[in-house]
Formats: sequence, structure tokens, C-alpha cells
Amino acid sequence: MQSMILYSVIVILTSISWLNDRKKTKKAIIKAKNMLIKLAPELLAILLFVGLSLAVLTPDVISSFIGEQSGLIGVVLASIVGSFAMLPSFVVFPLASTLVENGAGLVQVSALIATLVSVGFASLPMERRIFGKEFTYLRNLSAVVMAFVFAFVIWVVLPWL
Amino acid sequence: MAIIKRWRALIILSLLLIGLVAINPERGQTAVSLTLGSAKDMFLLLPPILVLVGLIDQWIDKSLLIKYMGDDAKFTGVLVALLLGGLAAGPMYIAFPIAITLLKKGANIRYIVFFLGVWTTAKLPIVLFEVSAFGWKYTLIHVLVGLFFFYFVGVFFEKHFDRETLLKEDITNLAE
Repeated sequence: MQSMILYSVIVILTSISWLNDRKKTKKAIIKAKNMLIKLAPELLAILLFVGLSLAVLTPDVISSFIGEQSGLIGVVLASIVGSFAMLPSFVVFPLASTLVENGAGLVQVSALIATLVSVGFASLPMERRIFGKEFTYLRNLSAVVMAFVFAFVIWVVLPWL
Repeated sequence: MAIIKRWRALIILSLLLIGLVAINPERGQTAVSLTLGSAKDMFLLLPPILVLVGLIDQWIDKSLLIKYMGDDAKFTGVLVALLLGGLAAGPMYIAFPIAITLLKKGANIRYIVFFLGVWTTAKLPIVLFEVSAFGWKYTLIHVLVGLFFFYFVGVFFEKHFDRETLLKEDITNLAE
């Protein structure tokens, strides 16, 4: 459904572009192709990483070390797992609620969610290739900090949730 | 040597996958089918997004982007980043080529970092998943913490980074 909309929009835009300027359109498509070729090894690595993390990190495995009593260490562990693993975002929330049902703490799960969505160990090579080393490491580091801030906020407001 | 370095991550991961299949064939098989499943998603989403990036690169005028996301864009920059990131679909790595193209076209680093933050914490389709899993209070806190935090990260990045060094490599060109 989502991809249907996406493809329709792109086909319409490309046609408009083609009718207005064939040369520019050709160039745009060549650039798109170049990006795909250039990023291919990094992209394929991301795919393998997604497959491996989903197969290894079952809900039982994760909830076993980020239980409600795991405290700050649990938050640290959750952020490490979240940074290394890479899951499609529509998998993240159903997984997270399963984790909470299996006994994981909401504070720890919050750190896991935040790092899963915005820290990408698997996409580091690709991000580095596009933005350079320093930007990539700093951005990912700041996202880890954000996960701790978020977990802290959830810990504070937990009685009201 | 350079070729080995480029494919290093992929080689290591493939070895890990082979190892997993050897140790635990059942899990290994799951990993393989999950990899193929996400490959399907990736090759469905990525080509149209890259064509879009190519079109932006060819058609969007630098002055237009500078007006809406440039150094003096102020609130409009925040708004455009919110719209672009919030209506997005797909994983974070798809945002990288878009972000660098906007930067190349004159967007301020602050709004680019904010855009990446919005993409990861506040894109609408995912927010809906979050609400159904954890309720709107939790989701609201997550989105607000994320937006404020990444805006200030953007402010810091703007001071810390020089746009020219970030744009050193042009990923739309194959020649290096």
C-alpha cells in the first residue's frame, strides 16, 4: 500500500520531469542508479544485519536481561542491544510490547526502542560513506544520549503512565 | 585492498550467517528468510526514493532550498524538516541520501540533523504503531523528548561542522 503510493508519486513526478526536460530527467535517473551502485555493499550488509538480529534476538532472549529489576544496568544493556540490532520500525513496537508482557521493564524497553530506531550500528558504514566519520559517530552518540534521557523521563513519569 | 575494505562488513556478516546456520540450522534458516524478506522491502522502497533524490538534485533550485531550509529559514526550516521527516516512510538509512542532497542544495546543518531526528522518532506511520502499543501519553513523551533533543543536537552540529567538509564526497557521482 505504502509502496503503491510511493511508486505512483514517483512515476507522476518523473513523467512531469520528462515532459519538461529530457536531459535533466535522464541525469536524475543516472544519479539514482549511481547512488544504488555506490551504496550496494553497505546496503547488503544492512540486510544481513537485520536478518541476523531478528533471528538471534527473540523476545525471550531480550526480556531475560532487561527485567523490571535490572535498573540502570538494564538500561545500558538495552541501549547496547538497541544500537547493535537493526529492526524494521514496524517490528519495533509490537516487539517492544511483547517484551513488556514478558516481564521487561518499561524504562529499559524505552531505551531499547530509542536506540533501535535512531542508532544504527549496521548502517554506520553507509552513514560514514555519505556524511563522513565524525558526523556519523557524533550523530549516533547523540542518539544514544537521547535514549538515556528518554529512559530517564519515562522512569520519572512512570507512576502516571 | 580498497575493494576488500568496501566489502568487509558484508564478508564478516556472511561468515556470521554461515556460522549461525552451522551451529543452529533452525535459527540460521530464520535469519536467511528474514534477510530475504527485508531485501524485498529494501528493493521496493529504495529505487523510487533514489529517483526522487535524483529529481530533487536536478530540479530544486538552490535559492529555493536556502529560502526554506537555509541559514535564515528559522521557523520555516523547522516546519519543513517536520513535514519531510514526519510524512516519511521507511528505515533511517533511506533518509541519508535525502539529507545529504538537501544539505548540498543549501539547507542548514541544523535542520538536516533535526530532519534525521524527526525521521527516526516522529514519522507518522510509526507513531501510530507506537500509540497502539503503548498509548498516546507514552508516545507524546517520546516524540517531544525526541524533537527537542534532536533540535538542540542540530544547533550543536551547526556550530561544530563545516558544510564543505560534510559535502566532500558526492554520492551521486560514480567517479572518485
